[in-house]
Amino acid sequence: MSKKSFVSKHVEDLKPSGIRRFFDVAAQMEDVISLGVGEPDFVTPWNFIEQSFHSLEQGYTSYTENAGMIELRKEISTYLNGNFQLDYDPAEQVIVTVGASQAIDLALRAVVEPSDEVIVVEPSFVAYVPTVSLAGGTPVTIQAEADNEFKLTAEAIEEAVTPRTKAIMLCNPNNPTGTFLTKEELEPIAEVIEKHDLVALSDEIYAELTYDASYTSFPSLAGMKERTILISGFSKAFAMTGWRLGYAAGPPDLIAAMVKIHQYTMMCAPTMAQHAALEAMKNGRPSVRDMFESYKQRRNFIVTSLNEMGLDCPNPGGAFYAFPSIKATGLSSAEFAEQLLHEEQVAVVPGDVFGESGEGYIRCSYATSLKQLDKAMDRMKRFVESRTPKTVS
Amino acid sequence: MKETEIQVLKIIEKNANLGVAKIAKMMGKSEQEIQQVIDDLEDKKAILGYSTLIDWAKVVEHEEVTAMVDVKVTPARGVGFDKVAERIYRFPEVKAVYLMSGAYDLSVTVNGKTMMDIGKFISEKLSALDSVLSTTTHFVLKRYKHDGFILEDDDEDDKRIVVSP
Repeated sequence: MSKKSFVSKHVEDLKPSGIRRFFDVAAQMEDVISLGVGEPDFVTPWNFIEQSFHSLEQGYTSYTENAGMIELRKEISTYLNGNFQLDYDPAEQVIVTVGASQAIDLALRAVVEPSDEVIVVEPSFVAYVPTVSLAGGTPVTIQAEADNEFKLTAEAIEEAVTPRTKAIMLCNPNNPTGTFLTKEELEPIAEVIEKHDLVALSDEIYAELTYDASYTSFPSLAGMKERTILISGFSKAFAMTGWRLGYAAGPPDLIAAMVKIHQYTMMCAPTMAQHAALEAMKNGRPSVRDMFESYKQRRNFIVTSLNEMGLDCPNPGGAFYAFPSIKATGLSSAEFAEQLLHEEQVAVVPGDVFGESGEGYIRCSYATSLKQLDKAMDRMKRFVESRTPKTVS
Repeated sequence: MKETEIQVLKIIEKNANLGVAKIAKMMGKSEQEIQQVIDDLEDKKAILGYSTLIDWAKVVEHEEVTAMVDVKVTPARGVGFDKVAERIYRFPEVKAVYLMSGAYDLSVTVNGKTMMDIGKFISEKLSALDSVLSTTTHFVLKRYKHDGFILEDDDEDDKRIVVSP
């Protein structure tokens, strides 16, 4: 008799992450330069770490309030006000979470009812679609067009909306494409969202890493604050991925709903990490600025290098990813990534793991030292040259 | 100073060995433009030179001792401390001279092959200057961090997993 699986059907049905599979291969190899990492190469700034040590020495080792330490929520509220002109009451409109990832999960579970549809714009962060499913909703993917530099349009949303659509996941600047939407590009999107009475889940984790234009936070647009859950965290701009600390801000009823789930499933975010984050909010600006400058220089470097080797790559306005087309090589995204890894020991992520419109592209993270980036570009150039036919003169 | 100039300075302050081509790529500018910026900065002496940070402790053959000397001096009318500072910084043994606030006037960094050499320099040259009132010498025992670089930082491996979302 074959053994019955104890795994629930809905988890069994979740697609395994394409990134995981690729990671298993890359992790076995030596001398790999990885452009596959979705996190900063910088170690957390020392003053944040030191503050966390201090909190432990002082005996801050117990739970905090469910929604997070009020001092931290106040700082987050002040930060959102100072940087993005947002006005959130720290007591009722901010929750501190275990990474932005948990904030996404809480937001979806707070909003989605069975049979609700949630729009996800691909290429997207790999967790959105499964998290919608786990929350009991139905993910409806729309494809951002490569011809439009992967920018989401109001028309694309309009086509995907049905009477069952409840919410839309937004990510600006985008992982994996680095695409950045300006205020003028966000406004028509806000209009469609209002027209169809949708909730916007706005993942703004890369907001600080916007290089060419000023950032517009989605809830700052007219009519959006009442229907937006802003999701962000300390992982990217503050180089704190391993601390697992994020937050969400939104309308009091939605935040209260998220706190309710959070108190039963998580209690609170790690206390020592909250103390580090408090220092990040109070005194983190110079470190964030330095890292920003480095990312910007690396972006310019990698984008120029990719274009020079014949991989068409528009200048990404934000995050730390370049998303070049590899169509000139005649390879699929997966073939390109696998062959590049085996022949030149450079790890990139095939674009199709982020959604079907990512096919023909690869994601190159430039959160890597310039020295490594330089080496990686030399290796990649050699690989691309071996795959592209020489023009006969 | 122009924004581009400041950016170039920040980049080469961290690594003077990048070369114009790479700096140009990092800034999204042409090589000619960056070369011009560097030439201008050299002309106005904003860039004084290009040296290399070396951890001489790694070179067993190399003998070198460093002392930091707190010097009290009498300033001269009209030129303040500048004249006496110049008298001191002209000696090749002197690596740095700063005018300080607080308990003494000049902080003088002196390099020599041995402690004896430094002692000789201080007693025979530095203390012997008319305007020098007193000196207090501190020998450097170990360097941990110098000019922003941590010296014994051999734990620089990337601790991140190879691929992540």
